Amino acid sequence: MPVTAIGAYQAQSLDRQENFNGLQLVYLTWDRHLMFCAPFTLPLPPDMPFADFIDNVVKPAIAAHPDAVRVDFAQAIWRLDDADFQPDWQAGLAANGIGHKSLLRLDTPGLDGLNGSFN
Amino acid sequence: MAAKRLNQKDKYRCLTRDLAWEPSYQTKEDIYPYERFEGIKITDWDKWEDPFRLTMDAYWKYQAEKEKKLYAIFDAFAQNNGHTNLSDARYVNALKLFLSGVTPLEYQAYQGFARVGRHFGGAGARVACQMQAIDELRHVQTQIHAMSHYNKHFNGLHDFAHMHDRVWFLSVPKSFFEDARTAGPFEFLTAISFSFEYVLTNLLFVPFMSGAAYNGDMATVTFGFSAQSDEARHMTLGLEVIKFLLEQHEDNVPIIQRWIDKWFWRGYRLLTLVGMMMDYMLPNKVMSWAEAWEVYYEQAGGALFKDLERYGIRPPKYVEQTTIGKEHISHQAWSIFYQYSQATNFHTWMPTDEELDWLSAKYPDTFDRIYRPRYEHWREMQARGERFYNPTLPMLCQVCQIPLSFTEPDADTTLSHRSVLHAGERFHFCSDGCCDIFQYEPDKYVQAWLPVHQILQGNCGGGDVEAVVRDYYNIAAGFDNFDYQGSPEHQRWQQWQGDRPADFNTAG
Repeated sequence: MPVTAIGAYQAQSLDRQENFNGLQLVYLTWDRHLMFCAPFTLPLPPDMPFADFIDNVVKPAIAAHPDAVRVDFAQAIWRLDDADFQPDWQAGLAANGIGHKSLLRLDTPGLDGLNGSFN
Repeated sequence: MAAKRLNQKDKYRCLTRDLAWEPSYQTKEDIYPYERFEGIKITDWDKWEDPFRLTMDAYWKYQAEKEKKLYAIFDAFAQNNGHTNLSDARYVNALKLFLSGVTPLEYQAYQGFARVGRHFGGAGARVACQMQAIDELRHVQTQIHAMSHYNKHFNGLHDFAHMHDRVWFLSVPKSFFEDARTAGPFEFLTAISFSFEYVLTNLLFVPFMSGAAYNGDMATVTFGFSAQSDEARHMTLGLEVIKFLLEQHEDNVPIIQRWIDKWFWRGYRLLTLVGMMMDYMLPNKVMSWAEAWEVYYEQAGGALFKDLERYGIRPPKYVEQTTIGKEHISHQAWSIFYQYSQATNFHTWMPTDEELDWLSAKYPDTFDRIYRPRYEHWREMQARGERFYNPTLPMLCQVCQIPLSFTEPDADTTLSHRSVLHAGERFHFCSDGCCDIFQYEPDKYVQAWLPVHQILQGNCGGGDVEAVVRDYYNIAAGFDNFDYQGSPEHQRWQQWQGDRPADFNTAG
């Protein structure tokens, strides 16, 4: 049942991609780094190359964490919407299969947060 | 001939049940159109037992007496500069949370009960809802008055009604009530009268009012006492509603069970804010959130659900997750507000050494392992002049609207996350509980007004967070928000302490 209502009811999603003025949302979380309380919500151009995304978006977003300078993005393990993911660094986000409101999980083996506390 | 005086029993009948009449030129179906679409079957409204046993003329008399006493104490508190006798000015930030987060909910409760009172065919239920609606309106007014004195001396209390509609974290309580009010009348009563008022309200009112007493806030304590007698009546109504519905027809049982599952979970998530207040915002602490959950939910709620077993009702779904979550949610919430303190109407801070030790003692299995290292790092950053503020916007749960900051029930260092594809769009949730609520009625929740997404769509009056906070929220940067340490409020408090005579200081 889509909704319990007294009559016919047509719902419109408030967060469809066309409402974001040409951008799409990407959520990003960094495993074992709970100091950032929740995944980030990032509004981005769908054609932004993955390499630019790392340099211009991800690096500034995580910069406050002491582990940030030690991240080797070439060795990072990614998951996209709960599936394994191998990014094409030259291709854009959408061309990489990263959809509107996709969740990217960044895993950096060997980096376990503040004194290994997963923070 | 002089008119006979009605005895109490007749008066009660005349002023409650006799307010109903048999319609002659409209059908009951047309007069009460909302009574059926939820699937609830009422076979006999006369079986409704009025739980209040109170008529409107007696109600006015009692409430007027309570108001007189209440306002006398407010006056005395104001004339004695009661705010200077608080344990510490940090405490006032709990009041800011209460005034902006809870007071508008009382108003929403008033609106909700006024509406459902119109839509029930039974006169007893209508009168009960009417009285509760008036109570809720009175609570709004007395809360505003209890806290208005603080507005003269502290920051961030200046525009709570405006903030309720706009500020990101206030969408959590706001959406809770809007979900209930946009449901049918029976779901509203199950949500608010039963799940919230009966099962969970003690967790809100007892710690808040005890917290006020422990920290010298006599205005709020007095408001709490005044409201408490109403709350007792509301709880009685909540239990009566659920028993009445369950006894009317066996087909009602699975519907009610699903509502109990839903509203228990939504209420539990909403109370995260109360957990944070208890563990972090009270300079003199009453009890920990985990202890409060054990007393007021696990023991009291356990007995209640044992009582409801005979109707075929079981404890709420995912209740076992709350037993795990009680160890974590207050710390997770404080971590959210600490790092997004630039966008709130209250101050945050890192706990003192003494407070950290209290938290370690209250949460021996989790605090030192997970939360203390985080706080020690933040304290070091602050000592270096690099107080941590998160420059990005957080991802929100589509149902409870809280940032996805909770951890998995079976893995307390992994963020909890669920997602579903609905009509080609991806939706995200903080938990199984919120995901289930969405999946039962997706068309309701796809319309959620998620503050982060609204900011990013350009609907909150500004391109960046600073402009949104200043112009759209009406929060003054560096005045109403950011860290408590060194804030104008902190400086003012220290000034007052310095101005006090020495013997007064040591007595405190």
